[in-house]
Amino acid sequence: MGMTMSQKILAKHAGLDSVKEGQLIKAKLDMVLGNDITSPVAINEFNKAGFNSVFDKEKISLVMDHFTPNKDIKAATQCKQCRDFAGKYDILNYYDVGDMGIEHALLPEKGLIAPGELCIGADSHTCTYGALGAFSTGVGSTDMCAGMATGEAWFKVPGAIKFNLTGKLNKYVSGKDVILHIIGMIGVDGALYKSMEFTGEGLKSLSIDDRLTIANMAIEAGAKNGIFEVDQITLDYVKDRVNRPFEYFKADEDAVYSQVIDIDLGTVKQTVAFPHLPENTRTIDEIKEDIAIDQVVIGSCTNGRISDMRIAAEILKGKHIAKNVRCIVIPGTQKIYLECIKEGLAEIFVEAGCVFSTPTCGPCLGGHMGILAAGERAVSTTNRNFVGRMGHVDSEIYLASPAVAAASAIAGKIAGIN
Amino acid sequence: MNAHGIVHKFGDNIDTDVIIPARYLNTADHKELASHCMEDIDKEFVNKVKEGDIMVGEANFGCGSSREHAPIAIKASGISCVIASTFARIFYRNAINIGLAILECPEAAKDIDEGNEVEVDFDTGIITNVTKGRKYQAEPFPDFIKEIINKGGLLNSLKK
Repeated sequence: MGMTMSQKILAKHAGLDSVKEGQLIKAKLDMVLGNDITSPVAINEFNKAGFNSVFDKEKISLVMDHFTPNKDIKAATQCKQCRDFAGKYDILNYYDVGDMGIEHALLPEKGLIAPGELCIGADSHTCTYGALGAFSTGVGSTDMCAGMATGEAWFKVPGAIKFNLTGKLNKYVSGKDVILHIIGMIGVDGALYKSMEFTGEGLKSLSIDDRLTIANMAIEAGAKNGIFEVDQITLDYVKDRVNRPFEYFKADEDAVYSQVIDIDLGTVKQTVAFPHLPENTRTIDEIKEDIAIDQVVIGSCTNGRISDMRIAAEILKGKHIAKNVRCIVIPGTQKIYLECIKEGLAEIFVEAGCVFSTPTCGPCLGGHMGILAAGERAVSTTNRNFVGRMGHVDSEIYLASPAVAAASAIAGKIAGIN
Repeated sequence: MNAHGIVHKFGDNIDTDVIIPARYLNTADHKELASHCMEDIDKEFVNKVKEGDIMVGEANFGCGSSREHAPIAIKASGISCVIASTFARIFYRNAINIGLAILECPEAAKDIDEGNEVEVDFDTGIITNVTKGRKYQAEPFPDFIKEIINKGGLLNSLKK
């Protein structure tokens, strides 16, 4: 019986010739990730369990991104704990304010993930790196702790849904619209425990940034991981970033899928997910009523990359956001931040009346840098619109692409762009 | 191992943001996390819950973030077992890894109501609704997972 891409990566890292759905395996890890919220729990467990070394100081990444720059004394204390741990064990990929980025924008950019590698991260959006053809999945702090100590993790081998992509995206339609369209179709548990495997000739029209956005939100369909077949676009992206050998995999012809879904990218429209679940999607032309907004957030691990900044700037250039709307633009990494300055995007944002922030997860999870009051509404390029996610339990989040978010900021209500 | 308690019932897609809102994640203290457990969906939960009580949800329980603070908050609030029709996968493994007993049982999740008195036998997977006088059979754990739980969580199971 053939294997999927995900199964082949798991088999290789478990030292097995083949694996099948449902099998419990132990596999060797190429990267273990944590952030300023999940790492302290892992570090406490690490110390409590009496470990006194890490498996590989080059294969652990600690990224201070959620409540940074430290929002309060407790957040500062958690970051200090991570900093001290990184110092004690000489962890090379420790990223703090000034050289950090939002973890899932940062790790691919730094070449810390290669096609075919196996990564766990104590953050649910760790599934982002499947965009590069890696098997990458979110876990909790205890798994992170065990991973840092032993370099291994247990997995139940997942089955898969295959997404066969054809056609080409229309102008102002992006990876965000594709993944919202898919979650709207299969639901927030439509891929529960499964891999979402993306393949087909439509891949040619999807940039790495589009793929990172799509893989990022695989978790929002309940998936264990999202993964893209590696092609020339992937190899071009990693060429100057990854300087170690890697082996990547295509699915077998006779791989077994629980479902095969064909998507013509040319038919995907600008899409918005209404409160309070990412599956509550409507295409922009299905929204007939005026939905007035108070805040727009453009950024996050989902949509804080340079192409997201460019499209938002293109729409905001020479315009001003609506009165009574606050627009917060957050580039994903320091590198992207600098690119925004050099390309003149930062100036466009500020002149349009937006806030231009240092990288942080901040508002996405209701941490800081843009919390909503009761009764307020936001259009956000982030990934979750759960009750209370960005602030008060009586606030509302509408998930959308950077293009729709920028157009909405100008209109003062949810708006698309032609 | 058994659980026996009064049920706190929740619906579909109970996400980790309502189990423990991110604004409280600036601490890893178990008791402090427990004091905000379920706050954004049921403000009274922390006042009602008693040691040994049982939480029941429906589909996709624990979806969203990977924060282990979610099962930690539930466990530290006194809950002895969570029953749901399905669990989001990261929550599922986190619960096992920290030694919070969880059982998938669609029949029980549907039939059990708020306030019912329920007993769980983890060895057999039999859930008994004492209030309604009914029994439900849950999926038993695979041996691999049983071993992690029996040893008191993943880290203890790593010790030879």
